[in-house]
Amino acid sequence: MIQLAQGRTGARILAFGHYQPDNVVTNDDLAARGVDTNDAWIRSRVGIAERRIALDNESVLDLAVAAGGKALAASGLTPGDIDLVIVATCTAETQVPNASATVAFRLGISAPGAFDVNAACAGFAYALSTASDAIRAGSAQNVLVIGAEKFSPWIDWNDRTTCIIFADGAGAAVVTGSDVPQIGPVVWGSDGENADKIMVQDRNSFLSQDGQAVFRWATTALHPVALEACRRAGIAPSELGAFVPHQANLRIIHGIARKLNAPNAVIAEDIVNAGNTSAASIPMALSRMIERGDVRSGEPALIIGFGAGLTYAAQVIQIP
Amino acid sequence: MAEVSTQTILDGLGEIVEEIVGIPAADVTPEKNFIDDLDIDSLSMVEIAVAAQDKFGVEIPDDELKNLRTVQDVVDYVQGLAAKA
Repeated sequence: MIQLAQGRTGARILAFGHYQPDNVVTNDDLAARGVDTNDAWIRSRVGIAERRIALDNESVLDLAVAAGGKALAASGLTPGDIDLVIVATCTAETQVPNASATVAFRLGISAPGAFDVNAACAGFAYALSTASDAIRAGSAQNVLVIGAEKFSPWIDWNDRTTCIIFADGAGAAVVTGSDVPQIGPVVWGSDGENADKIMVQDRNSFLSQDGQAVFRWATTALHPVALEACRRAGIAPSELGAFVPHQANLRIIHGIARKLNAPNAVIAEDIVNAGNTSAASIPMALSRMIERGDVRSGEPALIIGFGAGLTYAAQVIQIP
Repeated sequence: MAEVSTQTILDGLGEIVEEIVGIPAADVTPEKNFIDDLDIDSLSMVEIAVAAQDKFGVEIPDDELKNLRTVQDVVDYVQGLAAKA
């Protein structure tokens, strides 16, 4: 009989970290570049005031390393303690090699398991769940989970249906074992029939999105997923201290929040100053909320990622 | 499904519009154009379509939505589908 590894009862997040490029692009900047839009239109449709766009000399790997390094420093662990690195991204500069092995090397993490997750804007929630399961199964002790995206090279800067929305950034979390579970069961799924609703057609194409269809899906199909994640974790929506959905569109965020009915939860609105950073948006929002003191340690928070695929994933976590 | 009266649809649509975009239900009269007269944008139209679906039991897909420019268009559409059902 094959022996199994000794796993842990549960997993918990030790710390978050985030990194945003310095270059701020406001709505007025986009209009000044000749995009047929204006500040009021963008704010009312998607809720974004400004976003960060990385310059040419800053890669998605640089963003990932910066965020990962901050999370690692805040966790109190050393690079030598990490034995698995997962990078959630759909905008890596290379298909081969993956991002995670290089990111790990640059952070001084020696020979960890390393793989990328592409579940688009749901990527961080997928990667976090995978990290938690790896720890519970005994496949890893301490996992660095990073969501990093540099969307700007994949955007047609004359296409106002996308260029006002997507942005660059990275967020990360260090996950370790715990006798008391602090990462709840994931509720995940996909709808490949609608794969064409958000896509990059081929390597010479830019990102395209059927905004209306995605909006309809996000405001009708996702709140049951969010509620199910609460139910499986044994946490009532009224007990949530924070609701951190993927930062896709402020109206989607408010639409899901209304149906979730979590009166005591702080609703993440990081999109206002960060734009939609895909897999980076949830850890970046959480990291910034913790930094500002918007949420308290120990409070349960519900996260839900959703996007291209279509893919989605939700789980309840405890704020570190 | 039995035929739905024009007034029932107008009342229901008025409630939906008031709830979603805050325009008084009384302003939702048949001749009004959603975009030009009521200043409702395309995303709010999706929300209205979804709410109308729940209320009247007829699906309004995105492809149809762009053809529904006035309140009367929605009344006709809902009645048309209800008659077929």
